[in-house]
Amino acid sequence: MSNILVVAEHYNGKLKSSTFSSITFARQAGDVHIAVIGSNISDTADALKSYGAARIYKIDKPELEQYLAYEYSIAVTELAKSIDAEMVAMSTSTTAKDLMPVVATRLEAGMASDIIEYTDGKFKRSMYAGNAVATLEITTPKKVVSVLDTAFAKAEPADGESPIEDFQVDIPAGKAKWVAMEESASDRPELKEAEIIVSGGRGFKGPENLHLIESLADKLNAAIGWSRAAVDAGWATNDLQVGQTGKIVAPEMYVAIGISGAIQHQAGMKNSKVIVAINKDEEAPIFSLADYGMVADLFEVLPRMTEKIPDQS
Amino acid sequence: MKIIVTAKRVPDPEIKIKVKGDGTGIESHDISYKLNPFDEIAIEEAVRIKENAGGEVILLSIGPGDAQTEIRTGLAMGADRAIQIATDEYVEPSVAARIFKKVVDDESPDLVLMGKQAVDDDANQAGQMLACMLDWPQACFASEIKIEDGRATVKREVDKGIETIEVSIPAVITADLRLNEPRYPSLPMIMKAKKKKIDTISFSDIGIDTTERVKYLGLENPPERAGECKLFETVDELIGALKDEAGIIR
Repeated sequence: MSNILVVAEHYNGKLKSSTFSSITFARQAGDVHIAVIGSNISDTADALKSYGAARIYKIDKPELEQYLAYEYSIAVTELAKSIDAEMVAMSTSTTAKDLMPVVATRLEAGMASDIIEYTDGKFKRSMYAGNAVATLEITTPKKVVSVLDTAFAKAEPADGESPIEDFQVDIPAGKAKWVAMEESASDRPELKEAEIIVSGGRGFKGPENLHLIESLADKLNAAIGWSRAAVDAGWATNDLQVGQTGKIVAPEMYVAIGISGAIQHQAGMKNSKVIVAINKDEEAPIFSLADYGMVADLFEVLPRMTEKIPDQS
Repeated sequence: MKIIVTAKRVPDPEIKIKVKGDGTGIESHDISYKLNPFDEIAIEEAVRIKENAGGEVILLSIGPGDAQTEIRTGLAMGADRAIQIATDEYVEPSVAARIFKKVVDDESPDLVLMGKQAVDDDANQAGQMLACMLDWPQACFASEIKIEDGRATVKREVDKGIETIEVSIPAVITADLRLNEPRYPSLPMIMKAKKKKIDTISFSDIGIDTTERVKYLGLENPPERAGECKLFETVDELIGALKDEAGIIR
């Protein structure tokens, strides 16, 4: 079997659960090897020990404390070469989007973004805002993929314990310098991790009405997402945008409120398990996706929902 | 400052695309085309940088030779000239990046600005690949760009919030949604754009290795979501269904 190198994603040492989706993909494709890159990441590597990887490689250096494309791409590429990995995989995220094309270029590998299926050496991925599913082959000996986490179940622990090895590599300094990170402050569950997401759109009319969605989200212990129209209007930051060019999510329940359901929004949420739509326009395309809905004015319905839904936290 | 900006023609993202019955592509009748929205943002940024600091903005587009409307739109926004690599075929990102590198080698710009992704194939690869091929730094998903003393300070839209990095110039920067609001070209600008120069180079004359690394075998329709939407008149009914039928809330 060929070696598949999964690049684990963590934020300040805390693993992102989407990493386990890329492990599921890698199990289908060959022998799983995992790279953990950063500074002081022993615990992060330990947390991956029981997932059946042939080996876990730690690239633990002070200069890798902050992610930068050049430095990380050298770390991944050198490791991939050293273990003769046929494929490098990372679950889709802004880091994977930034990093994987660079890794592919260094390895002279073809790359497929956001794959949703892998069978007999062929990949599937969505195009045209999810209106078409393409089947493709990567024709180079080495292959690089980003794995759409919502399309692969999270890997369960396996038997045995994976050995952890320090991988030594010289990282020359690149031409980019990390300066600062402004985290979006929120006590809410993260969009990509939440079981329930409530999302708002143009129907909210203005920033003065956003508290309505916040109260409902509090009650449901839900993450809040926004349509592109709401982000464009400046009501929310882009990291909360659900859609083709924002985040792609698939929670247990997605509640779309005042969202018409433009094609590019659907691309970001149509694989949610249960979809609930509240919109006063009964012709809104969101109803063609929804399982449950109300054709109603959100300003009347939302306060009542918030009042009547039992606290889920 | 000399800036190259990509200007890709894509099917209008507001229109529902249909896959051809034989799976060889998408139905092309009834499709209208637009400038890739993220490239539009990149062009706007390049023009603003030029308006501030002087220089030249060159559009770079890969697409059908007889389809230049979208390139003219970019020229009307204030770009000075354009280079078109003419092909009717789909060009995968690693090939596009090699073509861009060839043009960058020929033109020696200070900056390459690109949309973070084209909304047709949604690959989000070409800018990063180009930066690596050029051995230039990259700053992807930019929501703010400040250029000073040969360096660009870029705010990047990342999953956790906004990250700031600083890159030396020359660099490749890709634009995200909130970088700016692209202007609507005025009629005089549109008239002026008609006289601006578009150099068209045939794909086969580009003179580099254009071997694909990824081969698309076919397209199919995505699976439809099963079932109808159950509509409710009252909040109580809706909550009842979410509890008893869907079993999602307690």
